[in-house]
Amino acid sequence: MQAPIEYYLVLSAVLFAIGVAGVVIRRDVIVILMSIELMLNAVNLTFIAFSRFMGSVEGQVIVFFVMTVAAAEAVVGLAIVISVFRFRQTLDPRDMQLLKW
Amino acid sequence: MIVFFILAFLTLLFSLLVVTQRNVVHSAMALAATLFVMAVLFLTLDAPMLGVLQILVYAGAIMILILFVIMLLNPLSIEARPAAWWMLGSLGAAALCLQLAALVHRPAVSAEAAVPASFGGPESIAQSLFTDFALPFGLASVLLLVAIIGAVALAQRQR
Amino acid sequence: MTTNLLRWIPLLPLAAAVLNVFFGGRWGKRFAGILASAAVFGSFLIALRVFMLLSPDAVLRDTLYTWIESEPFKAQVSFQADALTAVMLLVITGIGFLIHLYSTGYMAHDEGEARFFAYLNLFVFFMSVLVLADNLLLFFVGWEGVGLCSFLLIGFWYEDPANTTAGNKAFIVNRIGDFAFLLGMLLLFWEMNRLGVPSLDFAALKDAAARIAPDTAVLITLLFFIGATGKSAQIPLYVWLPDAMAGPTPVSALIHAATMVTAGVYLTARLNFLFVLAPYTLSLIAIIGAATALFAGTIAVAQNDIKRVLAYSTVSQLGYMFLAAGVGAFSAAVFHLFTHAFFKACLFLGAGSVIHAMGGEQDMRKMGGLRRRLPATYWTYLIAGLALAGIPPTAGFFSKDRILLEAYASPHGSLALWLVGWITAGLTAFYMFRQLFLVFHGTSRAPESVQAHVHESPAAMTIPLIVLALGSIAAGWLALPSRDVWDPWLQAVLGRSNPAEHGEAVNETLLVALTVGIALVGIAAAYFLYGRERRVREDGPLWGTLAQKYYIDELYDFLFVRPFTAAANWLARAFDPGIIDGAVNGVAGLVRGISASGRRLQSGNVQHYLFAFLIGTILIFVYWLRR
Repeated sequence: MQAPIEYYLVLSAVLFAIGVAGVVIRRDVIVILMSIELMLNAVNLTFIAFSRFMGSVEGQVIVFFVMTVAAAEAVVGLAIVISVFRFRQTLDPRDMQLLKW
Repeated sequence: MIVFFILAFLTLLFSLLVVTQRNVVHSAMALAATLFVMAVLFLTLDAPMLGVLQILVYAGAIMILILFVIMLLNPLSIEARPAAWWMLGSLGAAALCLQLAALVHRPAVSAEAAVPASFGGPESIAQSLFTDFALPFGLASVLLLVAIIGAVALAQRQR
Repeated sequence: MTTNLLRWIPLLPLAAAVLNVFFGGRWGKRFAGILASAAVFGSFLIALRVFMLLSPDAVLRDTLYTWIESEPFKAQVSFQADALTAVMLLVITGIGFLIHLYSTGYMAHDEGEARFFAYLNLFVFFMSVLVLADNLLLFFVGWEGVGLCSFLLIGFWYEDPANTTAGNKAFIVNRIGDFAFLLGMLLLFWEMNRLGVPSLDFAALKDAAARIAPDTAVLITLLFFIGATGKSAQIPLYVWLPDAMAGPTPVSALIHAATMVTAGVYLTARLNFLFVLAPYTLSLIAIIGAATALFAGTIAVAQNDIKRVLAYSTVSQLGYMFLAAGVGAFSAAVFHLFTHAFFKACLFLGAGSVIHAMGGEQDMRKMGGLRRRLPATYWTYLIAGLALAGIPPTAGFFSKDRILLEAYASPHGSLALWLVGWITAGLTAFYMFRQLFLVFHGTSRAPESVQAHVHESPAAMTIPLIVLALGSIAAGWLALPSRDVWDPWLQAVLGRSNPAEHGEAVNETLLVALTVGIALVGIAAAYFLYGRERRVREDGPLWGTLAQKYYIDELYDFLFVRPFTAAANWLARAFDPGIIDGAVNGVAGLVRGISASGRRLQSGNVQHYLFAFLIGTILIFVYWLRR
């Protein structure tokens, strides 16, 4: 028997919150990037759940685009991480705070 | 239903591990596991094509990229865990979670729609992708190209 | 009727001015003057052509481009020429050309000749824009432009601080008038907008004039008149004109006698349809005009500087023009403007010739006996002097008589106005011939060294003098009682004015005889007192008061200049650093204090920002769900 849509949505919400927690709490840029991937996946899950329950394939197409963007974001993000690490020898966001008064 | 609960439990477990593991490599492995389990969740929602893509793109390409970077930079230091900051962040996230869950009280759809057997297969997605979403599809390819160029430009060793 | 002739009248002098500014120094001084004169002569020819094209009720139009378009208001750079404009154009370009010609001789020894001619041409440009403008905004451009040129030319010899001070004075006093003019224009536009005709075109104004509320019309015309008193040197803003004599003499002739100072008269004539709506303003104009005429006439009696006498005389004659305008006789005002331009330009240029001959000396007490040494200057000066005094058959006789007639007989006129004008006529004759006798008759009082090189001016200077002297005689014949071509020409623009038709019955012959009589008395008195040698001691309290110009400059200095300077000083020394800077610095300090604490929020740590973002999101959700 298929689980009702609310279950998927709640699961997605919890997953998203975990991602948010990771972004806010962790002090490693790579882990922050990974947490962002978690959040993106949570949203993907919502899209697919709605797509299934509304019988429309368009939700899945959107997820396809989200994956594309996520891939691009991960590539650029990691390139930035490499570049920053090369200059500062650190991955701690607290050490990257030049952008203030 | 049982399958869903098992999968949901595994997803939450691994995703929590992503956030809580102090070793970056462990976090990355937990993320890979999460993505795998989510691919299975996609399958239960009649999205076989996306499930496969999830494994190929996410669990495959992106995870390998992340691991590669970790290996390349080799940050050995294990980060500290200031309790106050963790509490604060967790509380914030929990509040957000509650708020989001509260939204679920008003479901837009209740019953499952009847779908053809080919739903979520490559053909049905391609149908939509190459007709209604042709322009965004093209734009997405441009975005990827720009991302590639940007990544090369950023990560290139400066002269 | 449209034509594209009109635009060339201002554009030729403008082009010459630009060329002289950039290349004048390179071409040599001679060529700068020739170019400038040629440009104005070209404008004169075009003005003649325009004059021939016109009939009394025709209007030529020439639209260049749209200047301001702000629906529903629209202002175009557009020229119009009607009968009045044509007269003004002929005066400006014709007399302007003669004065340019004269200047080529007069300024020949000056270093800044190219600059001088550039300014002079620029002036002709602005002045023709002023008379050609078909809307008030463009008119205002010309109005301000001639003021600027006046300022530049008064301070032309800027090495002497006195000259620049005079230039500043002219500019500042004019600004007061211009401010009133601007207010009047805005009020007029406001009123026109209320009437549903948001336009400042003269044609539209004329059509809508009858619907303007009477009280507003009084206020508008009063403001315009204050503007006119600034430009045309009437009480109380006349003080700048005598000081303006600091400029080169041709400038005094062109700008401060013949053309620019008549802009105020032109304004009242151009807007006569507005002024006739406001009888209160008209009577005020008449009173101010008459008072100025008398007042300046008395001052002119006691001046010793050859140019200052003429300057006060100009103020006085402008008073006559306003007197005429004030009694509703705009045509007579413009007629006097026209004839006055000839003889006053001639007088100034003659004075310039004298000064030139005397090596820069301007004090009449050190002149005398120049009659034989400067025959051409003397005879032209005599003719122009007779014209100014109003002796028949010179031009001044016709125009002044007409004004006095109107002052008495027009429905707005009165015996008192006539009496003031009549006395002034006597004074005019007296001071004019006092000057003539002091300068040209008797024995020379100049030192030997100066006398040695007294010489008649070159032909470039005497020819304009002769032409102007002929004009001083003939210009009046346009309005011979038997064959009047002047009034019919301007009737369509300025309305009818014929005292014989609507005024009380007057004995014209008697009035004319009285006027000529007092003028002759004035000349006789001058001859008696100054004819062969000076027979009067010029001292005593009355003479002193007159010589010191009634201490008006001192009064203004005490009433306005000192308080304003003191206030400005206080503002600069105490108010500005204390209050203004204090306020600015205080605000800056406050902001700095707040931001010093506020910048702690900006830690630069991305995660702090993200956390703030998270809190914000939660709050929005809370609000959204509880709504």
